Amino acid sequence: MTQEKLASAAAPAVAEPPRVWTRRHLLDVDDFTPAELEAVMQTTDAMKEVMGRDVPRVPALRGKTIVTLFYEASTRTRASFELAGKALGADVINISAGGSSVEKGESLIDTVRTLQAVGADVLVMRHWAAGAPYLVAKHLVAAVVNAGDGAHAHPTQALLDLYTIRNHLGDVRGRRVVIVGDIEHSRVARSNIWALSAVGAEVVVCAPPTLLPIAIRTPAAGRGSSPNGDSREGLALPPVRVETDLDRALEGAEVVMTLRLQKERMLGGLLPSLREYATLYQLNEERISRARTGALVMHPGPMNEGIEISPGLASSLQSVIEEQVTNGVAVRMAVLYLIARGAKA
Amino acid sequence: MAELALSLQRGGFSLTGPIPLDGRVILSADDIRRAVRRIAHEIVERNHGLSALALVGMHTRGVPLAHRLAQAIRDFEEESVPVGELDIGLYRDDIPSLELRRRLQRTEMPVDIDGWRVVLVDDVLYTGRSIRAAMDALTDFGRPASIQLAVLVDRGHRELPIRPDYVGKNIPTAMQESVEVLLEETDGRDEVRIMRMEGEV
Repeated sequence: MTQEKLASAAAPAVAEPPRVWTRRHLLDVDDFTPAELEAVMQTTDAMKEVMGRDVPRVPALRGKTIVTLFYEASTRTRASFELAGKALGADVINISAGGSSVEKGESLIDTVRTLQAVGADVLVMRHWAAGAPYLVAKHLVAAVVNAGDGAHAHPTQALLDLYTIRNHLGDVRGRRVVIVGDIEHSRVARSNIWALSAVGAEVVVCAPPTLLPIAIRTPAAGRGSSPNGDSREGLALPPVRVETDLDRALEGAEVVMTLRLQKERMLGGLLPSLREYATLYQLNEERISRARTGALVMHPGPMNEGIEISPGLASSLQSVIEEQVTNGVAVRMAVLYLIARGAKA
Repeated sequence: MAELALSLQRGGFSLTGPIPLDGRVILSADDIRRAVRRIAHEIVERNHGLSALALVGMHTRGVPLAHRLAQAIRDFEEESVPVGELDIGLYRDDIPSLELRRRLQRTEMPVDIDGWRVVLVDDVLYTGRSIRAAMDALTDFGRPASIQLAVLVDRGHRELPIRPDYVGKNIPTAMQESVEVLLEETDGRDEVRIMRMEGEV
């Protein structure tokens, strides 16, 4: 690919590809080049091999300290970052906002500066405010990995989703991937739209109009316009096809990713009832038959079975939901390895 | 200095580093072919056959060399030797920024190496630090009966108590020189040459 092309174009026969990884932080995948995504995928392959060993541990990050700082609840993201750090031989410290000095009113910046002062090389953070990791990155020498910020971005989820899809489909270019559910409030959807678009997948988003972001763009409608009639350049996502009818969206789909419906959305008056949502937007055995045979069923978790996905489909052979979790550890090992090897170098 | 020379030996040219001046050819394609055949014979002779013997090539250029050795052994013994590959990126204790230039490659052991005689194969033996890392990696996979080392070129300047069991050619070098191994599989042709560096090393 790019690597081979560059290698053969360079004059000395042994010239190796230029550094593909120059990032100090992982904040989002919105500016990732295909070569960078490829670097993460290839590194993840190596990490999968480590995970398959009897003793899944290597000394790659020995002596590094990774701190996970979570201002929001999390099971799989936090656990997989911790396991990933430990498998690479790093020391991992977990801090939750509850039970820390945050409860005494310490500011975000003071908290992260303190963590850096006690020796953190990498800070993995999740925060309810979009953009929080960007602010933190400006104030730290340590590397920052975004583990989810508000409704903005969840880069490692997008990377593990891409890895899982590639494992099954190979080249993702031109493949149709449908993302169904609460797109508006979903950082998973946003990061996935960026990553999938970068590698040339055809992305279709499907949601009730009230759960579509105003910044969504469709190729047909041109730049910055949306079914909601709004146009704001700065908020633009890459162009995707937008459908409000799930059956139509599923036609020709090779991957269907459904998102958790946050029940609190109901209180905001965005949905008439859970039952109506489940009737129109639930991914179930009958609906999936409209997609390509054997289409992959994905969910970032945690699931509300019976609402956005039927229990039967979630545990069917088409479902790769558990695989996503397993791949999550390998992808986070890859990210921590790439980031921490450069940190404080 | 060692770091820069090493970076060139590994092929990572940097824009600010020294510039290679002349390239003197040390081994031609024929020389390489003969060296590989001889080492293949030595491996079989030293181990009294092929039982519980595996070759493990170290990325990048040790891997094609290991496959060539296995092919050579197959040619005269009419028996196959399992060949594995090893990336030591996760075991290195030095030059972190350089590692980022090279992506992690596949690691695969062909057998459960417990009780096997494992021959590590690499292109150039220099400080010995890569071999140290490779031995750490191998012992994470099991407890081989023995670990032996085959290299195409030994250029000296060891920093650790490590010696090769099989050598294609000993090439005395200065620290400011670098040894470049080109192989058909990775570089389009077979050649070993020595390069002298200009500039601050």
